Amino acid sequence: MKRLSAFNVVSLTLGFAFLYIPMLILILFSFNESKLVTVWSGFSTKWYGELMQNEAMLQAAWVTIKVAVISSSIATVLGTMAAYVMVRSGRFLGRTLFSGMIYAPLVMPEVITGLSLLLLFIGIGLDRGVLTIVLAHTTFSMCYVSVVVSSRLATFDMSLEEAARDLGCSQAQAFRLVTLPIIAPAVVSGWLLAFTLSLDDLVIASFTTGPAATTLPIKIFSAVRLGVSPEINALSTIMIGIVTVGVISASLVSKRALVKQRREEQEAVRAT
Amino acid sequence: MGADLAVPVFEPWTDPQAKPLIQFQNVTKRFGDFTAIDDLTIDIFECEFFALLGPSGCGKTTMMRMLAGFEAPTEGKIFLAGQDIAPVPPNQRAVNMMFQSYALFPHLSIWENIAFGLKREGMPRAEIAARVEEMLRLTRLEKFARRKPHQISGGQRQRVALARSLAKAPKLLLLDEPLGALDRKLREETQFELMDIQEKTGTTFVIVTHDQEEAMTVASRVAVMDNGKVIQVATPADIYEAPNSSYVADFIGDVNLIQGQATATGEDTYALHWREGAAPLTIKSPNAISDGQTAHLAIRPEKVTISADKPEGADNVVQGKVLDIAYLGNLSTYHVELPTGDVIKAQTANTRRISRRAYTWEDTVWLSWTATGGVLLAD
Repeated sequence: MKRLSAFNVVSLTLGFAFLYIPMLILILFSFNESKLVTVWSGFSTKWYGELMQNEAMLQAAWVTIKVAVISSSIATVLGTMAAYVMVRSGRFLGRTLFSGMIYAPLVMPEVITGLSLLLLFIGIGLDRGVLTIVLAHTTFSMCYVSVVVSSRLATFDMSLEEAARDLGCSQAQAFRLVTLPIIAPAVVSGWLLAFTLSLDDLVIASFTTGPAATTLPIKIFSAVRLGVSPEINALSTIMIGIVTVGVISASLVSKRALVKQRREEQEAVRAT
Repeated sequence: MGADLAVPVFEPWTDPQAKPLIQFQNVTKRFGDFTAIDDLTIDIFECEFFALLGPSGCGKTTMMRMLAGFEAPTEGKIFLAGQDIAPVPPNQRAVNMMFQSYALFPHLSIWENIAFGLKREGMPRAEIAARVEEMLRLTRLEKFARRKPHQISGGQRQRVALARSLAKAPKLLLLDEPLGALDRKLREETQFELMDIQEKTGTTFVIVTHDQEEAMTVASRVAVMDNGKVIQVATPADIYEAPNSSYVADFIGDVNLIQGQATATGEDTYALHWREGAAPLTIKSPNAISDGQTAHLAIRPEKVTISADKPEGADNVVQGKVLDIAYLGNLSTYHVELPTGDVIKAQTANTRRISRRAYTWEDTVWLSWTATGGVLLAD
């Protein structure tokens, strides 16, 4: 391992401090005894206990998880289908436009996405609630899934699917029995990414939510306006934990698949 | 006694009563502006080992993909056992294909790979197991049944691909450059294995290859293709001995092509005036050529005899100087330059030790060949 120079150590420390000190303070104070957020008076997990008693918070957490699971699942199906079409259909009229349109939401400001969805839901007279948040989250997270899955499909050997067709599979069977099992790691990491995105979205959710459905980020945001309580710190700590686990496992899944693929390719080369 | 021992020759293409298994009728395939297959008509018979041979981009893979059902002809019809196969999707054709990349399913074991097609057919479990075992035995893969494709060698993978495509007992097996990824020794062994399996199973094989030796070794008939057209369809021996064009003569093996004007001097006998002042060459060739037409004499190097002294009574004799010697161990090819500047190749078996050779570089030698040694090809 190369030793880092003093300059690099300093810049690395500053960078990480900048990124993580706010979060560390938040996590630290979630274990604070005192009700005052800025005064440390001893270690305690009592705010976690109180959080478990807070009906409104638990309700919001339940809504958030429900929304995240449903929307990321729909987004995975749609995103995978879009990726499949983009990679497989080769050249067709308007392909560039079509692929651009799939990826546009990646760079679209959230405020605009949220506003346009709000206008749509009002326009078609859909009552705002869990359903509308699910639809909104599906809309913006499916393009992320599509990006992840299409990068895997680009290196997928087309003749595998032809072989499946040749051996008696219909197009759908070939996809289910051959393509899907092989690209599964990319699909799973796409799902995890969509799940994480949905979990911590505030802007789009607040545009598209109604009085009946409050997600955790909305709840926290509105609670903070009345003053930060250690309970919120505890909740935020749990969310940081969940998001971290989600992101790390998504990258682990795809990395392991990549490593495995590399190793298999190398073994194949050596074997021939 | 010789007549009693005669083995019935497998030559359904000479029998007008024989019904072909596959018929291409005026098939054309275009991709946009590019014509991959150009008005192609060909018959392939049952139990044949048929080779499509040609340089890359000549349309041979397209032909195979049309048989498998991955491409549809732009014009013309393809019949399999008398039935037009255009409307039949690939999963319902009694045709299986062995892919160039083998296309083994990486997430399934060797056993499951071979069983894949049988499961789709809805075959009972016990029968599937029996059939897979049979295929494993045929391809000598019993020991590897539980392994994944990445855990076996290239040669073994090639046999898995073959076993998988044979498992469904197709009427027709398509092999797309099946031995391309193997090294030379393994390739030669596998060629014989393929022929053996083809004979045992009685399946019709169509093989695509750009390797002429491979085509000559395995095939009952070879179709030489160029630019989407079939130039000649014949047995390996006919392709080699009686090519119908200088393209085929040049593509298959090594050949000397000598251009000149032909004049008929008797029945099937021609004199080829090939150089001002040089004696015309005598050729006995079945191809009809009109007087004065430009033609090529195609003669294989091994049919040209090289000697230090002038041979007696040869039909064609020329003198030249040894320019180059390609020593292959068992054979040597001599490049001999004639006074006219032409270079003719002569090949001989090295029956004597190299130190006992009567001629070497720069020596004057005589080349001779018989009238029937080569063929005359009209341009």
